[in-house]
Amino acid sequence: MTTVGISLRKHYLNHDYSFRSWLTTIDHKRIAWLYLVSITAFFFFGGAAATLIRLELATPAADVVETETYNRLFSLHGIAMVWFFLVPSIPATLGNFLIPLMIGARDVAFPRLNLLSWYLYVIGGSFTLAMAITGGVDTGWTFYTPFSSLFANGQVVLAVVGVIIVGFSSILTGLNFIVTVHKMRAPGLHWTRLPLFVWANYATAIIMVLATPVLAITLLLIALERIFGIGIFDPKVGGDPVLFQHLFWFYSHPAVYIMILPGMGVVSEIITCFARKHIFGYDGMAFALLAIALIGFLVWGHHLFVAGESIYAGVIFSLLSFMVAVPSGIKVFNWAATLYKGSVSFETPMLYALGFVGLFTIGGLTGITVAATAVDVHLHDTYFVIAHFHYIMVGGMVMAYFGGLHFWWPKMTGRMYPDVWGRIAAITIFIGFNLTFFPQFVLGYLGMPRRYHTYPDEFQLLNVLSSAGAPVLALGYLLPLFYLLYSLRWGPVAGPNPWEAKGLEWQTPSPPPEHNFDHLPVVTEEPYAYGLPKRDSDAARG
Amino acid sequence: MAYRSVIPTPPGAEARPAPQFDSLRQQYEADTLGMWIFLTSEILFFGGLFMTYIIYWAAYPEAFEAASSRLDLLLGGLNTAILLTSSLTMTLADDAVLPRNRKALIGWLAVTALLGAVFLAIKGIEYSREFREHLAPVFGRPFEFPEPHAEQARLFFSFYFALTGLHALHLFIGIMVVLAMLMLAIRGAPRLEAKVIIAGLYWHLVDLIWVFVFPLLYLAARHG
Amino acid sequence: MAGTNALSDTPLLPEASTLAERVDTLFFTLTGLDALMVLVLSGLIIGFAVYYRRGARVNRTTNVPETKTEIIWSLGLLTIFLDIFVWAAHLYVEEASPPKNALEIHAIGKQWMWKFQHRNGQREINELHVPLGVPVKVVLATQDVIHSFFVPAFRSKQDLVPGRYRTVWFTPSRIGRYHLFCAEYCGLDHSRMRGQVIVMEPAEYEAWLAGESGAESLPAQGEKLFSSLGCIICHGAGSKVAAPSLTGIFGKPVPLTGGQTVVADETYIRDSILTPEKQVVAGYEPIMPSFRGRVDESDLTKLIAYIKSLSREDARP
Repeated sequence: MTTVGISLRKHYLNHDYSFRSWLTTIDHKRIAWLYLVSITAFFFFGGAAATLIRLELATPAADVVETETYNRLFSLHGIAMVWFFLVPSIPATLGNFLIPLMIGARDVAFPRLNLLSWYLYVIGGSFTLAMAITGGVDTGWTFYTPFSSLFANGQVVLAVVGVIIVGFSSILTGLNFIVTVHKMRAPGLHWTRLPLFVWANYATAIIMVLATPVLAITLLLIALERIFGIGIFDPKVGGDPVLFQHLFWFYSHPAVYIMILPGMGVVSEIITCFARKHIFGYDGMAFALLAIALIGFLVWGHHLFVAGESIYAGVIFSLLSFMVAVPSGIKVFNWAATLYKGSVSFETPMLYALGFVGLFTIGGLTGITVAATAVDVHLHDTYFVIAHFHYIMVGGMVMAYFGGLHFWWPKMTGRMYPDVWGRIAAITIFIGFNLTFFPQFVLGYLGMPRRYHTYPDEFQLLNVLSSAGAPVLALGYLLPLFYLLYSLRWGPVAGPNPWEAKGLEWQTPSPPPEHNFDHLPVVTEEPYAYGLPKRDSDAARG
Repeated sequence: MAYRSVIPTPPGAEARPAPQFDSLRQQYEADTLGMWIFLTSEILFFGGLFMTYIIYWAAYPEAFEAASSRLDLLLGGLNTAILLTSSLTMTLADDAVLPRNRKALIGWLAVTALLGAVFLAIKGIEYSREFREHLAPVFGRPFEFPEPHAEQARLFFSFYFALTGLHALHLFIGIMVVLAMLMLAIRGAPRLEAKVIIAGLYWHLVDLIWVFVFPLLYLAARHG
Repeated sequence: MAGTNALSDTPLLPEASTLAERVDTLFFTLTGLDALMVLVLSGLIIGFAVYYRRGARVNRTTNVPETKTEIIWSLGLLTIFLDIFVWAAHLYVEEASPPKNALEIHAIGKQWMWKFQHRNGQREINELHVPLGVPVKVVLATQDVIHSFFVPAFRSKQDLVPGRYRTVWFTPSRIGRYHLFCAEYCGLDHSRMRGQVIVMEPAEYEAWLAGESGAESLPAQGEKLFSSLGCIICHGAGSKVAAPSLTGIFGKPVPLTGGQTVVADETYIRDSILTPEKQVVAGYEPIMPSFRGRVDESDLTKLIAYIKSLSREDARP
């Protein structure tokens, strides 16, 4: 189709520019943008906290901020990044924008509920901002009792209320996605033809719906304990502080899968497109997503190996934690196998996707290290664990998020950004990330504990290396802010399918019309039908 | 389920599927699935609280049983009967929807809401007695319970107020929803049947939660 | 900390307990396997990406059977993972229980310091002297929030949970001074809740133990408390009140009202002092008052040590 100048054709962005139309929109594409702006704000908020932390940790002494402040900074960093950036990131932005397009629908199943989800996010975020402004909390994002319930003198109630509210935002988004995928697929789009991005968000949605309510009740109990003194976690009246940890991690472990599965979905879309080849082992990939979601509910006790859990429980949780790594391994090998005999190019999205695979692998394998009970006794609550989860959440998920943003940017905006700058940013992020976090593995093995404002002198060298990487990483994150915004005004106009990708979202103009498709699509081919010879197994399946 | 709009709708508001849907059937299926998923999340929400309560009950059986025996079993049992009946009347309301029995629909919805309100009133009576007897460790009020179980009894009553309070909140929301259905039934609305049935699902969940709350709290002392 | 500071001597973390070497072997094996896997995978990815880059004239027809390949590498991964799991679990379970003759030291963590009490009453703050080659069991209690006793050189860690006793044990295998860290965030000065573990030759340790503190042994201090708090009124010989005798009860099973039996360990004694109505001995009335608020963790340690000493004929320090 001819690329008409954007200003002539009506689409979802230009049909109404008013503020009010944005704040009352029920268009999933606009809601995706509302989220994008909000989560970016929280990303920089949490990132500012991280910057101060790394600045402070460059020296062993407490010379940048006071201890009270430092403790609030790392708590804010965790709360903002986990609940207000990572959990919503891909699902609420890319998922919201793309899922209806990818399945050939006009919108999600419950558009008004979708808008409500965003408002709940904003309200929860406001509580968090209020908490930060009025003194913050120093409990860590994990709120362990009895410190958080009986001893902490910060804005614990504000913090937990904010998280409970944003949790409901999460639950409603998950609900919306599940129903949308079940009930609104275009004719011919069987489950076995769904793009893996949809599968990934579907699996994530299941976790959101099942796990988040448990977080809500757990944090509610903390709020009740602080307000009414009911003593559920107070050992002096017979309460059990370790019970809190079980309840908290029952949600928070599945939550980390919420914070990686969507990234895996994005990576599958990008690698297939830029290797011009269908995904290796589609069935295995979809199955692995569901397996990770399921087994992820069974491993929470690996956070409690030294916390007061019996050694038998520890052994069982350890075994299950090893199990959950197997489907992840399948995915990593399959991505590599997709490249085999492909036709590979290295545009920005592909650089992010390849970076994801390497860094996620390191993060995942170090997860195996800490799943080994005897080793975790040494490594628990040290910088090794911090490095492990940052490799997965930042080296993995954030890179996938950026990759997805760069992949679908032309679809969402109708503009292309300068690929040179995209690649520079991707490489800068990759280098900065490794500089910042790799030394932390060593620090952790050497025994530096987490959440330490001051530390023994001998840890300084590694801390300096880590803090040196942080500005590089920060630069890498700032660059897209500039060239992506630049592209909105001065970037070349992008057609409907600048990457020549498969997938229904590319069969409609960029940016899409408000109702997504002018003609209802009918799906007749397998996903990722990039034209290279099919496998035997595919031919047999037909 | 055969699907047609049989309750009179105001002019101009014919039953059309919402713009994102292709058919009324698709919309109904989506709405129903959505409600079931929401109910599942509610079950997990209360489930966390149930689990915590059960763990402490298992740790302090005598204290919890002593505390439980201070609850008003008569009123609690009465409330259980009321709520179960309300589920019946809600089902009868559902049944009145398709055979175009507007009067019955309105009647049964009204009875359901009324029964819910009576439940809340009785709950209020129980709460006021518990406050008077200093069994309510909330809002800084004194808590009195004979030794040796005072501390754990306090824990029991904290759970009691948390569980029944949360349940009452959900019941209140349910009553509002039923009243909203009542308004729609009186004025007429498109897709009324679908809405009533889905509202009914929520009502049944609230009832189901009570079916667990009641024995856990009130019958703790009376087993074996 | 020059001279005797073992940390400045070695570039890596010293292995200062018998456990440390075994943990290190496992850890470095895992790290080696991880590195290998990362190298292989990056090699494959970079290799494929470059070899099959757009425009390269290479053969791209392929016949790799997908499911079979996936099964092979899944089984491969599973095999490796299971082996590691078994190795780690075995080490973990083996090292979970202290030997019966372990030297017992009591630790109390509180915001933001460590207090240690040795058997003979010798006390330390933020420093812990232990003998080389002797299994040491540290009984952990906290006065306020959760802390964690972490000695990196020993590869040892255990949380201190309010309301219970936990134990951690190790056999020091290297003379020196090693860091002790609190490893569970516990409030403002969490990062300053540090100390040193000092491993000495056993003879030197004994000498240090008998040193100038002049403190009485823990059981002796406990006996004084037993009297001053009035426990002796009911539990002493010749009492007119029906209260269980405490001689020889430590470590023995105790029948409770309600039919259960419980072993009289540290936790049982502590609970009996703080919440006596919870576990009443069969045949007795629940008339013992609670001493919560009248005894702190330190007092409890002494009382328990005294009651333990009633079990043995020879008062071994």
